[in-house]
Amino acid sequence: MIQVLMFCLLSFGIFRIAWKGFSKVYFNIMLGRDEHVSGNKGKRIQQMLLFALGQKKMFERPVSGIFHFFIYAAFIFTQIELIEIISDGISGHHRIFAEPLGKFYNFLINFIEILSLLALAATLIFLSRRNIIRLLRFQKPELRGWPSMDANLILLGEILLIIAIFTMNSADQQLQILEPNHYPSTGRLYLSGLVTDHLNSFPKDYLVFMERAGWWIHVLVIYGFIIYLPYSKHLHIFLAFPNSYFSRIEPRGSMSNIPEIENEVRGMFGLATQEIISPRDSFGASDVTELSWRQLLEAYSCTECGRCTSVCPANLTGKKLSPRAVMMSIRDRAEELGEFRREHKDNNAQDGKNLFDYISREEIYACTSCNACVEACPVLINPLIPILEMRRSDILMNSKGPSDWLPMFNSLENNQSVWSMSEARDAWKNH
Amino acid sequence: MNVPIYNEVVAQGGQPEILFWVGCAGSYDARAQKISRAFAEILTRAGISFAILGEEEKCTGDPARRAGNEFLFQILALQNIETLNLYKVKKIVCTCPHCFNTLRNEYPALGGTYEVLHHSQFLEQLLNDGLIKIHDTSTAPVTYHDSCYLGRINGVYEAPREVIGHLKTEIRELKRSRKNGLCCGAGGAQMFKEDEPGHKRINIERAGEVVASGSNKVVANCPFCITMLEDGIKSLDKQQEIMVLDLTELILENCV
Repeated sequence: MIQVLMFCLLSFGIFRIAWKGFSKVYFNIMLGRDEHVSGNKGKRIQQMLLFALGQKKMFERPVSGIFHFFIYAAFIFTQIELIEIISDGISGHHRIFAEPLGKFYNFLINFIEILSLLALAATLIFLSRRNIIRLLRFQKPELRGWPSMDANLILLGEILLIIAIFTMNSADQQLQILEPNHYPSTGRLYLSGLVTDHLNSFPKDYLVFMERAGWWIHVLVIYGFIIYLPYSKHLHIFLAFPNSYFSRIEPRGSMSNIPEIENEVRGMFGLATQEIISPRDSFGASDVTELSWRQLLEAYSCTECGRCTSVCPANLTGKKLSPRAVMMSIRDRAEELGEFRREHKDNNAQDGKNLFDYISREEIYACTSCNACVEACPVLINPLIPILEMRRSDILMNSKGPSDWLPMFNSLENNQSVWSMSEARDAWKNH
Repeated sequence: MNVPIYNEVVAQGGQPEILFWVGCAGSYDARAQKISRAFAEILTRAGISFAILGEEEKCTGDPARRAGNEFLFQILALQNIETLNLYKVKKIVCTCPHCFNTLRNEYPALGGTYEVLHHSQFLEQLLNDGLIKIHDTSTAPVTYHDSCYLGRINGVYEAPREVIGHLKTEIRELKRSRKNGLCCGAGGAQMFKEDEPGHKRINIERAGEVVASGSNKVVANCPFCITMLEDGIKSLDKQQEIMVLDLTELILENCV
């Protein structure tokens, strides 16, 4: 009874804290400019199934793809166990699904155990890739400090969780022999059973303690994870789904049109203009409020894997630009502005800073728009859009940008060609 | 050479089937002018009804837009669309993947919708239809470089390889190819500015892969890639051994 009360109070507290955390994330994403996404539902759902659920792009790199899949599959199926744990916690039962599911329960738990073992292997490999092998994409400057710690914390939490599952299951099987009335039969669990075989000399109290400790650690790690998620890069486990749904489906090679500028130019040439319902007075993005909410959702969906940065030609040749750092900076800036606006209880408050305080001109002007980063992202984040939107802001609103481009702009304006040449445009045919 | 100009053909009551979009590089860059002439030569030999816009062609606006100058992009794009719509152009073939991308993917939103092909796609059709024929003597292996704007951005990976496949030759793939292809370093208006600080130029990185592929010819499909690769290969002092060709030039060289 005390356990039930403790569990219910704890669960209530956790969900309250988590709700607050996730609300902040939602608020921060909605700092972005309104952008209506409609139509093509079929294509969008297909994208979500293929890339978020099916993890298609993860398998482009088979090693990380397969090991990530182990963790992913274990995570999904452990949810069944989690439902049981919560049901047990609230009702005071023990393994509430065991009797009604019978043989299937045995299959399920065995299956989860196998996945957990594979996930454990994957977790160890991932830890070593970050900390021992020191894979290049995990050693970039943007990962120094908290981002690396964040990644390691989650992996360590994962290990703790898996140990808890095996502790709980192995002690439970011995208790099923000693006290079959209180501990419904799970049938033989092959992996944790290997541990159980060494537990037959353990006193009952000790086994009860082991089982309860395993159970509570399992609960606490998961609850900790839930509260931690809104502050971590691991939001991708949820946000990969909406992100791949809302991801851009227009051709990669098309930049979004700016109808206000189109209209102005049409007016200049005496062409018919179109009505714009709510015209914007600034172009491009100098801050997160000028990016679309979709780009902010992308920033929160990023799990900082660095596949984008590892294929970026600018980054590969030592330039400061890193597409991952761009996405991380957008999230950091959204966090900062969101916090500021909540503190001031004003949804239009400005703190005098902007995205250029986080992302330098050196970075945005190093991009070749080659789309390698776009191609690489497993959850369909497009780092190119914010880079080009920042260029637009810098050029159109600040009249800044590389001075090298001035001759090109002048030439385009005066000669309608990227180079100013004295010869005719079709002179080539006579050379 | 004789290259028909669109307005002259129209004035005489004709309507060219194909508009050959030459682009700024094809018009003014000495190296790319050779590609324009080679492509016009192939079109002529194949008996294709085509014309160029000549003085009426303006930059598509791609570098202006990627540089962030939307205003300039709109000025150029809307003028081009006026011209193209005036002549009721249906089909455009480009020798530059940047022009190809902008005409194909960005003009429709501004009221300019045409069938737009890259010359690799058009060459593939000409070869498949037997309008141009290739010598059946075998030639040395060639390396193929995917441009970003044709490959990754527009998903055209096979057409240029099919074209090379018409030659009796081996296609050598670069270490990073198709959707993993490495940029030459020119896109996004980088062609028109100095590099940001770094430890290497991108074209030298790519040229290194070309050298590693071990063939004496590298074939590209973009005038900017060609400039970048030639510069990179020169920096590695391999210009005596490795030739950089456009797909069109490779075909013209081996044409019956």
